[in-house]
Amino acid sequence: MIEMKNISKVYPKGIQALTNINFKIEKGDFVFLVGPSGAGKSTFLKILLKEEEPTEGTIYVGEQNITKLSTRKIPYLRRTIGVVFQDFRLLPNKTVYENVAFAMQIIEASSKEIRRQVPMILGMVGLSDRAAQYPHQLSGGEKQRVSIARAIVNNPSILIADEPTGNLDPETAWEIMKVLRQINRRGTTVLMATHAKDIVDMMQQRVIALEKGRVVRDQQRGAYGYED
Amino acid sequence: MKIRTVRYMFNQGFTGLWRNKNMSLASISSVAASLMILGLIITLVLNINNVADLAQMQFDTIQVFLEEDISQQKISEIGNSILKINDVNRIEYESKEQALLNMKESWGEQGYLLDTLEENYLPNSYIIYLNSIDRAEFVVGELATIDGIDMIKYHQEIIDTLLGIASFIKTVGLALILVLILIAMFIISNTIRLALNARRQEINIMKYVGATNWFIRWPFILEGIILGLLGAIIALLITYYGYNYAYSAISNQFTVVFSAYLIPIGQMMNTTIIMFIVIGSGVGALGSIVSLRKHLRV
Repeated sequence: MIEMKNISKVYPKGIQALTNINFKIEKGDFVFLVGPSGAGKSTFLKILLKEEEPTEGTIYVGEQNITKLSTRKIPYLRRTIGVVFQDFRLLPNKTVYENVAFAMQIIEASSKEIRRQVPMILGMVGLSDRAAQYPHQLSGGEKQRVSIARAIVNNPSILIADEPTGNLDPETAWEIMKVLRQINRRGTTVLMATHAKDIVDMMQQRVIALEKGRVVRDQQRGAYGYED
Repeated sequence: MKIRTVRYMFNQGFTGLWRNKNMSLASISSVAASLMILGLIITLVLNINNVADLAQMQFDTIQVFLEEDISQQKISEIGNSILKINDVNRIEYESKEQALLNMKESWGEQGYLLDTLEENYLPNSYIIYLNSIDRAEFVVGELATIDGIDMIKYHQEIIDTLLGIASFIKTVGLALILVLILIAMFIISNTIRLALNARRQEINIMKYVGATNWFIRWPFILEGIILGLLGAIIALLITYYGYNYAYSAISNQFTVVFSAYLIPIGQMMNTTIIMFIVIGSGVGALGSIVSLRKHLRV
């Protein structure tokens, strides 16, 4: 599903962000990406999303080699990858329903599809009764669930979550993890970058640990492995 | 592109325009001002050229006045000499008696005043028809060498002056318009930058969800085009009513004859409408493309 071969990234100022990254994530995997701040997690995700070009190496998403991808094709790659952020990034002047529908509108889905798909996804993340509310009327956990709904409404095969629980209290964080796990069970590959030790330890999923731009550990059923 | 998408784009374009009313107004006014001045220059240049054309048609003759007290034989000799000049098509002799009659006729009701003259001071003359007005200069040079000619009257100078004024207005005017259009583009690109900033968050999300670059850009380009078009429409209205007003003012104040030299409003507008619309929307589109290139990384 996702494969990186000898990926390195050097930023123009000479900062070595990633060095010789190798790994393979299979379809349907649930993978934690851990490591201290500045270990290269952000660069890693940016390379996956084609926001940054790797300096060296080859990267595959699906069956496709995306190492060199024309600007025109990048949007179509991104349609296969849903993204959830720590800061939710909801549009404040749109309702919950509209925020989710927006993701479908901009890839020119038909209104029929939108009317069918959005309520279904909102039901899946448990927000059916919040559809008409605006983001400022929601709790943090609810906001994150809206943002997850938006990320998966176009049925991407991969979901990337960048510190999705970073702004939430532990209890709410677990709710979000339940939603992510559920999405994963439907067959979506989930890649989650996180600092949440408890969550990683409890979930018992594959853990890839980055340090100073290198993979220092890649473990099935792993633990967080750092004492914060 | 689906119809619904097009509607969405226009919707976003107008929303952006409305969100920054002041900047939009500034953009529209700057386009309108540039095009209005363009309209003024087109009006002046076309009309002056028109007058020059008409003048050339009417004055493609040269009149030479002959000296007093020369014999009838000398007069026909002069006529033969004139006919020998290249580019002279034909000549007409106008005796001083004929000249007086002609003058009486052209004075109309006041013609009787000429009856009181004791002596006819009008000279005998030849009216020379040329093959082409362009050759007037040459023919005049040749005429100057013929004996017995008192004065040569031709209108090339006036025509040249008119054409000179027209081309001066054209040159200076176009330079001025170029500057004004650049200013209008700059203002539009700033307006689009504000619209971009207002929608940063939305664009960011659109990027991650996989909106194509053109899907993101179109609303802004449309906003620019709409700004330019609104400016063009205002300029068109002002030019139309302004020209109409000037046209009827000239017709009323002076004689109707004078307005025959003006290009009718319909013909004026045919030239300007397409030009204004193309320039207006072009300036708008370019302004937003400049802004998108600088401020939108997709």
